[in-house]
Amino acid sequence: MNKLLQCRLASFIIGLVLIAPKTIFARPLNSTTSVLENGLKVILVEEHKAPIVVFQIWYNAGGKDEVTGKTGLSHLLEHMMFKGTANHGKGEFSRIVARKGGHENAFTGTDYTAYFEKFASDRLELSLQLESDRMQNLLLDPKETALETKVVQEERRTRTDDDPTSAAFEEMYAAAFKVHPYHNPVIGWMSDLDGISRDDLANHYKTWYAPNNSVIVVAGDFDSQNLLPKIREYFGKIPKGTIPAARKIVEPVQKGQRRVTVKRKAHLPFMIMGYHVPNLTSPDSYPLAILAGILSGGKSTRLYQELVYKQQLALNAGANYDRVSEDPNLFYVYASPQPGKDVNALEQEIYKQLDLFKTELVSDEELQRAKNQVEAHFIFAQDSVFYQAMQIGELETIGVDHHYLEEFVEKIRLVTKEDVQRVAQKYLSEDNRTVSTLIPLADKK
Amino acid sequence: MQKLNIRKYIIGLILLIWLVPNNVHALQKAERTVLDNGMVLLLLEQHALPIVTVEVSLKAGGVYDPPAKEGLANITANLLSRGTKQFSAQGLAQAIEFVGGDISSSADTDFAEINLTILSKDLDLGFKLMGEVIAQPTFPQEEMEKEQKEIVGDIIQEKEDPSAVAGKRFNKILYGTHPYNHPEEGWEESVPNLTRQDVLDFYQKYYRPNNAVMVVVGDITKSQLDELLKKYLSAWEKRDLSLPVIPEAQPLPAKTVELIDQELTQATVLLGHKGISRSHPDYYQLYVMNYIMGGGGFSSRLLANIRDEKGLAYSAASYFYPLFYGGAFQATIQTKNENTPQVIEATLSEIKRMRTTPVSAEELESAKSFITGSFPLKLDTNSKIAGYLAYMENFGLGLDYFEKFPQYINAVTAGQILQVAQKYLEPENYLLVVVGNQGKTGLKSGK
Repeated sequence: MNKLLQCRLASFIIGLVLIAPKTIFARPLNSTTSVLENGLKVILVEEHKAPIVVFQIWYNAGGKDEVTGKTGLSHLLEHMMFKGTANHGKGEFSRIVARKGGHENAFTGTDYTAYFEKFASDRLELSLQLESDRMQNLLLDPKETALETKVVQEERRTRTDDDPTSAAFEEMYAAAFKVHPYHNPVIGWMSDLDGISRDDLANHYKTWYAPNNSVIVVAGDFDSQNLLPKIREYFGKIPKGTIPAARKIVEPVQKGQRRVTVKRKAHLPFMIMGYHVPNLTSPDSYPLAILAGILSGGKSTRLYQELVYKQQLALNAGANYDRVSEDPNLFYVYASPQPGKDVNALEQEIYKQLDLFKTELVSDEELQRAKNQVEAHFIFAQDSVFYQAMQIGELETIGVDHHYLEEFVEKIRLVTKEDVQRVAQKYLSEDNRTVSTLIPLADKK
Repeated sequence: MQKLNIRKYIIGLILLIWLVPNNVHALQKAERTVLDNGMVLLLLEQHALPIVTVEVSLKAGGVYDPPAKEGLANITANLLSRGTKQFSAQGLAQAIEFVGGDISSSADTDFAEINLTILSKDLDLGFKLMGEVIAQPTFPQEEMEKEQKEIVGDIIQEKEDPSAVAGKRFNKILYGTHPYNHPEEGWEESVPNLTRQDVLDFYQKYYRPNNAVMVVVGDITKSQLDELLKKYLSAWEKRDLSLPVIPEAQPLPAKTVELIDQELTQATVLLGHKGISRSHPDYYQLYVMNYIMGGGGFSSRLLANIRDEKGLAYSAASYFYPLFYGGAFQATIQTKNENTPQVIEATLSEIKRMRTTPVSAEELESAKSFITGSFPLKLDTNSKIAGYLAYMENFGLGLDYFEKFPQYINAVTAGQILQVAQKYLEPENYLLVVVGNQGKTGLKSGK
């Protein structure tokens, strides 16, 4: 369901379901932050419970940095990062990592492009060698560019063109954002992919792939005292880049509901409705996160209880608040009707459920449950060093100190029932809504 | 499958988990006991975080569905938490979710599984609820009907996914009358015919402690665990098991081409045939062979050929699916409709190459190095460790599997790989299923 993330090979699946993240009581994050002379930020999280280590490097460049006609550029460059440097030929990166028993992959979002390796603890230096090399020495061979463009077009066919639900998501974002580049899919529009040249990729690489536009996160079983000098040795000499000032693109306030329909071959209808909301830098983000947690994310939440379980209108239903986003994003609700059930009746019932938050205070139990889940999630998240590194990298790349993870839990505790009601009234309005409906057409065949 | 040594009294064995060769600090201990009621219990204490993960697995997967009752194992597993002696479906969900924990149950092809994840401060509640789910489900009629509708809805929705459509058709044809012929959720036609009595009978027959393995990983001690089991699972009694005799799946007699025509921009290609069961002695040789051919992601020949050299697909891979009573081999690729014949040809040429030319020393070395070196990555979270311990127990891999695994892999030779490729890969008598726009793929169906 996450259209914001494209990754290099689908075998890599992460639970990026941000239902209600993070807490602190188990132990605070054992992290240290350093900034090298060239501006490269390094965050080390020592965690010795399993003999493995995760290396991630995050570049602050993604879909939001692209222009009309060149969408999909960041993601295509991510693919090209595996096609060789002056020192390591095409595909060699992956082969070297595999020979060391490592996993490697990459992913691109609207706000970032990130690369990672995961190894048994003693092999970490390989990441430093390989990642410092491809930060500076990428080849971008024209023949490889043409081939990889075809690969990405196949990826788009799998993920979007032949998947009716993703297509409905894509249309919703395109309608909700008219001015801001969140309008565009990260994978790019099909016709734009044909128009991306080798020079476009080279410019994008030269502009954004610099130490002062990136964050390294290492998590797992290593010794920080030894690792930091090593990182300095490999990355410290890479010169600073001149990073363009962030574009200030502000989506105008929406004045009235927008509706889009996607008519195509499908078996069941599907709908998704997005509301413009602030991101994590706003105090309203805490009650919005609680609201999402009361609506969706378990069998005792309202969308499941009301729509799926009691009324049996929906086959599935959920909500997500895209809080960790560089610019303000959406709070969205989605559902599929049960076979034979009316999609319009389902839509009205969803609005009724959302309106209840405006007219009645949530119960003490619901509020406490949502808070408890945030706290529990923070602890469970620490079981995976990879996930922990993901959370940290994502925050730091969009300019938020990663100790936000701890702060989030503390601030969530302070949310009141009245806060939840207030944000529901403020943001979940008809005028602020974009609805995308998938209308199935019978197969012509 | 190595038979378990079940005794009437509790035996304690120490299982050494050797996570990585040459990695001393990875030595950990899991404790294995067989309880009076016949349940195998594996405990690995991990006190770094205040969390506990439990996985209970039973031989109660879709393979045990009686004829015309496809989907019975799945609906039984799904309904375990939808009403118990002390809790309604809603009450149980509220109780576990209030503390940020999770209980889930599901069935796959061979096994059914109940999973609990909970903060250690809420252990008592977690085991209480899990005990209810495992030993005291009531299967209310109303819940049964709701669940049937949901499953049928999900089956219909899954038709949007060309890979699922192709996979189901592939198994249906490949396995013929063998019970691996159906998806665990059953068919759109079979699920509505299941009755509450079917579920009760299935539960009574298969959900027995002497048919179960429980793995507990996390912040809990043996004495705490013993007490919790006594408190919440002592009513669960052993019974004589009479698991049905399931034969090995038979190979297809001749090449079969099955085309499913849909308005899609891409064709999903599945090409394969019968494989082997997990307990087959050739397993490790096939595993290494397939890693080199199509299982090794960017290091595999298939992806190099189809994606890196030709730009024809985003994903291309091959698998052996080793199950309890047999298995399948499958290569799977998605490509623009028009490229389908080219992709099939490339796949077949890799299969043929595997059968005619020995792998190079370098390829073999890289494969072994990845397979053994990446082993610790399979065990980097509590739930992965729990899943792996259950797998080891269920397939009788032995208590020293973590030590043995690298040895098994390192013993494989290029000659053996050639042999198993010739023995198990079928470049002529294969099953080909293609879901796509057949006007554009230019393929013809039939034998």
